[in-house]
Amino acid sequence: MIRIVKLNKSFNGKPVLQNISVTFEPGKTNLIIGRSGSGKTVLLKSIVGLHEIDSGEIWYENTLFNKLDFIGKKRIRSEMGMLFQGSALFDSLTVEQNVMFPLDMFSDKTPDEKLERVNFCLNRVDIHDANALFPSELSGGMKKRVAIARAIALNPKYLFCDEPNSGLDPITAILIDALIKELTEEYSMTTIINTHDMNSVMEIGEKIVFISEGVKCWEGNKNEILNSDCDSLNDFVFANSLAKKLRASNK
Amino acid sequence: MQTGFKNQFNRNTINISNFGMPNYRRMIKFLTQFGRYFLLLKKVFSKPEKPSLYFKQTFRELVYLGVNSIGIIAIISFFMGAVITLQTAYNTENPIYPKYLIGLGCRDSIILEFSSTVAALILAGKVGSNIASEIGTMRVTEQIDAMEIMGVNSASYLILPKIVATILFNPILTLIGIIVGIFGGWIAGTLSGVITSENFIYGIQYAFIPYYIVYSLIKTLFFAFIITSISAFQGYYVDGGSLEVGQASTKAVVFSSVVILLFNVILTQLLLS
Repeated sequence: MIRIVKLNKSFNGKPVLQNISVTFEPGKTNLIIGRSGSGKTVLLKSIVGLHEIDSGEIWYENTLFNKLDFIGKKRIRSEMGMLFQGSALFDSLTVEQNVMFPLDMFSDKTPDEKLERVNFCLNRVDIHDANALFPSELSGGMKKRVAIARAIALNPKYLFCDEPNSGLDPITAILIDALIKELTEEYSMTTIINTHDMNSVMEIGEKIVFISEGVKCWEGNKNEILNSDCDSLNDFVFANSLAKKLRASNK
Repeated sequence: MQTGFKNQFNRNTINISNFGMPNYRRMIKFLTQFGRYFLLLKKVFSKPEKPSLYFKQTFRELVYLGVNSIGIIAIISFFMGAVITLQTAYNTENPIYPKYLIGLGCRDSIILEFSSTVAALILAGKVGSNIASEIGTMRVTEQIDAMEIMGVNSASYLILPKIVATILFNPILTLIGIIVGIFGGWIAGTLSGVITSENFIYGIQYAFIPYYIVYSLIKTLFFAFIITSISAFQGYYVDGGSLEVGQASTKAVVFSSVVILLFNVILTQLLLS
């Protein structure tokens, strides 16, 4: 479980996140949604410690993460996996080497055991016969799946995904969503996903937090989101013409 | 009357502080960057997570940054040696000067300045821009963030092997530069007929001081560290996109070159005085 208490973050005196308090539960796909520039990525990067926060608390189970030193953070980080918006695969390494990287760094397994784990993770995300390829030789969807394989290589307790569907076609996007949901349930991970894709929200949104202009405006699940009283959320949810027609037909 | 004086005083105060502000800010910015550079070095030289992986990475960098630079150093050294020989010959046509001075001039110019300082400036262009753009691209494509999330000390993993590799290999490049440069001078001198082979060989052996080679190698070690650490610093703190990576690459070459020239003066004074 990850608990955020009264988190504030600003850049050059300009507030980006204000007084955010939320709890993300394990075994569930927790979504942070909002318009571009609303502060989703800053919130996610603050939670994982890539941004220093101005004030507030970030709890991983019973550990206050934001007050830990480098060694303490490193211990928690060994339980984290993260999928970046642009996949962030290491260009100079092959697919196999990318997935093996965290194992090389932090596990004491033998080379054969590491290779077995790499192949297991790649099979789990449906990547076959691509061990020797470089990231530049992969499609966008394949890159995302390899990045997921790398993120789960060390059996993380926490999985963070920053816009996992950006730049993907709708079918591949649904496959990636389904894969993240399956892995979350299979390993009982606390998964936090940043997205502005309403398909993802309606498919896997077990817990949804809506952020607008750095402020948490709404919290609920995919069943409650269509009937909310929050105007800024309704503007976001019913932004496209298909959703507007759907709402009109329901009324 | 008193209020008028107060206003006049305040106006003057504001004017004075405004006048000094840009310099003050520039100084603060410079000191901040200076501090960040040393904080990065502290991170770079912290204990590695897995020394065996760093060892492998160092070998990879030895090839990328060292072995791949042999060609450019050899070509430039050859032609510089040739030009130094021809210029010395055309400027010492007076019969008072013995011919072997051409060989001696070529040898000392190559050993004292060219093989270390000029070669370092060339490497600042080749290796420095390579390091800044590689690390800068990793920063803007979030590859460094990905390492940090895994708990890897990205600064140490990415920069330390480069520093070790250049410190180990640049002295070899210096020695190659000396040998090829003097060889280039001999070829140019004998083929153009400005000096005989015997005179040139006598000149390069005449009054030889072995310490000059040690001096050159010591300078090379400092320059290798300067090129790698400054370029890595520029790349590591890139913020933005491809435009900023390009700017970081340019800054890496410019700052490395300026610091090399500054240290050239300091080291020459310390080592040869």
